[in-house]
Amino acid sequence: MSHPVEPRDGTAGEPAGRTAGGPQLRKQSPVDTATGGPEPSTAPAGEQSLRPLLDMRGIVKVFPGVRALDGVDLEVRAGEVHCLLGQNGAGKSTLIKVLAGAHRPDEGEIRWQGEPVVLATPLAAVRHGIATIYQELDLVDGLSVAENIFLGHELSTGGFSQRQSMRRRTRELLNRLGHPEIRPSDEVRTLSAAQKQIVSMARALSHDVQLIIMDEPSAVLDPDGVENLFRLVGELRRDGVAVVYISHRLDEIRRIGDRITVLKDGRTVGTNLPADTPTRDLIELMTGRSITYVFPERPGVPSDAADVLTVDGLTRRGEFADIGFRVRAGEIVGLAGLVGAGRSEVLETVYGARRADAGTVTVDGKPVHRSVNAAVAAGIGLCPEERKAQGLLLMEPVYQNVSVSSMRRFAVGGFLRRGAERAAAQERTRELEVRPDDVDRVVRTLSGGNQQKVVLARWLLKGCRVLLLDEPTRGVDVGARAEIYSVIRSLADSGLAVVVVSSEIEEVLGLSDRVLVMTEGRVVYSGDAAGIDEQGVLDLVMRGQAA
Amino acid sequence: MSITPTPPGRGDTATVTAEEVAAGGIGSPPEPRQGARRSFLSSPVGRHVGLVIALVVLVVIGMVTAGDRFATGSNLRTVLTLAVVTGVLSIGMTFVIIGGGIDLSVGSLVALCTVWSTTVATQEMAGKSTWWLIVLVAVLVGMGSGLVNGIFIAYGPIVPFIMTLATMAAAKGLAEVISQKKTQVIRDTGYRDFFTGSVLGIPTQVIVFVLVAAVGWIALNRTTFGRRTYAVGGNPEAARLAGIDVRRHTMLLYVLMGLCCGIAAVLISARTNSGSSNLGLGYELDSIAAVVIGGTLLTGGRGTIVGTIIGVLIFSVLNNVFTLNNLDTSTQAIARGAIIVIAVLLQQRAARTELRR
Repeated sequence: MSHPVEPRDGTAGEPAGRTAGGPQLRKQSPVDTATGGPEPSTAPAGEQSLRPLLDMRGIVKVFPGVRALDGVDLEVRAGEVHCLLGQNGAGKSTLIKVLAGAHRPDEGEIRWQGEPVVLATPLAAVRHGIATIYQELDLVDGLSVAENIFLGHELSTGGFSQRQSMRRRTRELLNRLGHPEIRPSDEVRTLSAAQKQIVSMARALSHDVQLIIMDEPSAVLDPDGVENLFRLVGELRRDGVAVVYISHRLDEIRRIGDRITVLKDGRTVGTNLPADTPTRDLIELMTGRSITYVFPERPGVPSDAADVLTVDGLTRRGEFADIGFRVRAGEIVGLAGLVGAGRSEVLETVYGARRADAGTVTVDGKPVHRSVNAAVAAGIGLCPEERKAQGLLLMEPVYQNVSVSSMRRFAVGGFLRRGAERAAAQERTRELEVRPDDVDRVVRTLSGGNQQKVVLARWLLKGCRVLLLDEPTRGVDVGARAEIYSVIRSLADSGLAVVVVSSEIEEVLGLSDRVLVMTEGRVVYSGDAAGIDEQGVLDLVMRGQAA
Repeated sequence: MSITPTPPGRGDTATVTAEEVAAGGIGSPPEPRQGARRSFLSSPVGRHVGLVIALVVLVVIGMVTAGDRFATGSNLRTVLTLAVVTGVLSIGMTFVIIGGGIDLSVGSLVALCTVWSTTVATQEMAGKSTWWLIVLVAVLVGMGSGLVNGIFIAYGPIVPFIMTLATMAAAKGLAEVISQKKTQVIRDTGYRDFFTGSVLGIPTQVIVFVLVAAVGWIALNRTTFGRRTYAVGGNPEAARLAGIDVRRHTMLLYVLMGLCCGIAAVLISARTNSGSSNLGLGYELDSIAAVVIGGTLLTGGRGTIVGTIIGVLIFSVLNNVFTLNNLDTSTQAIARGAIIVIAVLLQQRAARTELRR
């Protein structure tokens, strides 16, 4: 098996200084973990099979520009609750999509009950008895609960659907899940997020399952719902069904987990750990890096620097409340927190793309009317989170993507002076070292990092005062990140006010002058980036409301 | 690396050096980077190579089956003249579809424009009407109706398909009310003579179409309007976040479509010397078909004027070949349907290959 690993560990100047964890925790090579390994944890009560139910080895999945999975191993036994841990972007979602048949791995082997299998389609996965409950729910809004549950495997005789028996089965499933109040005939649109979760779960159970994947199932549930979920997971386990459980909440993992696999940067960094592995060790595995990011120097913001962006009392009901912060010229302010904490929403509201319920945004002391056009006119630029969906015209050449916000400058009576437009775009892309150096190239063919630079070049050309960056390194190759960081820093040095949102805590801390930590729509910490470390932030966000 | 933000207005004073002109020259890639193959494929003919072949095949069939009558100057004029109405509408439709929309109401709008303008000519101003007044009324009515479409689609918002479906019904009805379902004959012979005459042997109608197509090409490829059309259709969310007023632009696209309806109405009422609520029948589907055959994606963001023109010509030549061979219109319709399916299948295959590169 080819394993093109080592450039990372090799090139990293200082090999992961932090990973003080016990050697038994760091099982990087698949060979170590292959042979069953010692299994000290409380063995599950289900049937004891000699071979694992599921055995994934060396799974690699490459997307253009990123190795989302770079050699992942996962071994799951019948009747166990196997927890998958890892930071955002560690590859958990990609891994479960591979398992659910939604992505095909580029390398690696999947064995199911000892036999090699190819999970080419979601249907194939279901046929093998693998069901998935996605985080972003995949229900059809316009259909009823029963129709959703039996979607794709409707009960029928001679082509006529057996509505009665499907309703009956649905009722049984919902009772089993402890939610008899959901009626089979209810339209899914009318259900709450938590109820939709239950329907998703019922759908998983409607198949003859042996393995259920749950992607952060507790995120939308209230405490009662979580209790109910745990009861169900316990029942499944007793029936010999395996559960792959993804959650950020360590206390949940402690309660219901049997074993833990930790992912980081698309690789397995710890497999088959007992559920009672100390928190400190787990966090170290999740954060300790095989490569060290090089963050640019912080030159320090002069004390007399003027406030450029002022946000005060910004509120959007149901998303975030009373957010206030100021960014000075030359300063980078980071927003840290988990996905769903409301960080991107804050950014988009500042930009006018979402309408604020209350609060004000001012640039250089002048209030900004709540619309994108007003924000752009006031000198605010946004590099959105979903670069491809929200940021780029993928089929158009680089220079057109750069000039799209400043087109008027190159137009005489509506006619574009393409020479000037192209030259100006080229000047900016050269400054940012976009590669390849060809502004006629279609943006889609660029790597993630270079696409990001194209969006940055757009605002550079526009000449803005405030730059809002949402996940600036998402989908950017680890190698290209340092470059993006130094671009962002030099933009700030040139006098811009920069706000960075990132799910990678280390990135926020390393890049910013000041940080705000957000949980559930509120700021729980605000201060110098040097004053808090990654574990401190993780502690704050994992404790949730406690702070 | 040193980065300085552009001071606002910097580009306004930028002087274009010879080098930049050479680099950004019209449509030509700065250097032949990837050999002749790429430059051929990105030339107007290369990109539509499949279409050109189809057109050539049709012409060959025409020559073989009816050579004596097909390859004559007068037949060429016939082919082109028959193409102009669909042609003008297809140019507008190309903008609308690239911009991510669709307009089903063009046939009815054409009818409305002919009726309204001929009413002005035959009743209100009988005797002293001048032909330019008919033109003006037709164009204004077209743009006004397009504006109605555009406002509801952009600011309603109502899905373009539904909104224009509604206008399609309503405009036809309005045309019938105004004309009392009668065909209104234009008495002003100057109008007919001008638009059915010819200049230097080229029919005026064809000249109008060529002008519309040329203006359309320039607008789409050389102006901010065209660039925004691609952006709005290709990725409306990205366009919005980049600071483009997506709704206003969407509205303008339908006004432009209305303008083309007005021009088409002038051509058609000059040719028939009348205005009637039945005149525009079926043109919406013909123009959508021509645009789609020309390689414009119904999903928006991709498309060319050149492709559309070839699409229009293919239909027109097909029509002509069938007529010359005395085949009935029903057979023609079947062939037309088959061509649409084949063309779209081929284009999707080509698009996939391009994506893989």
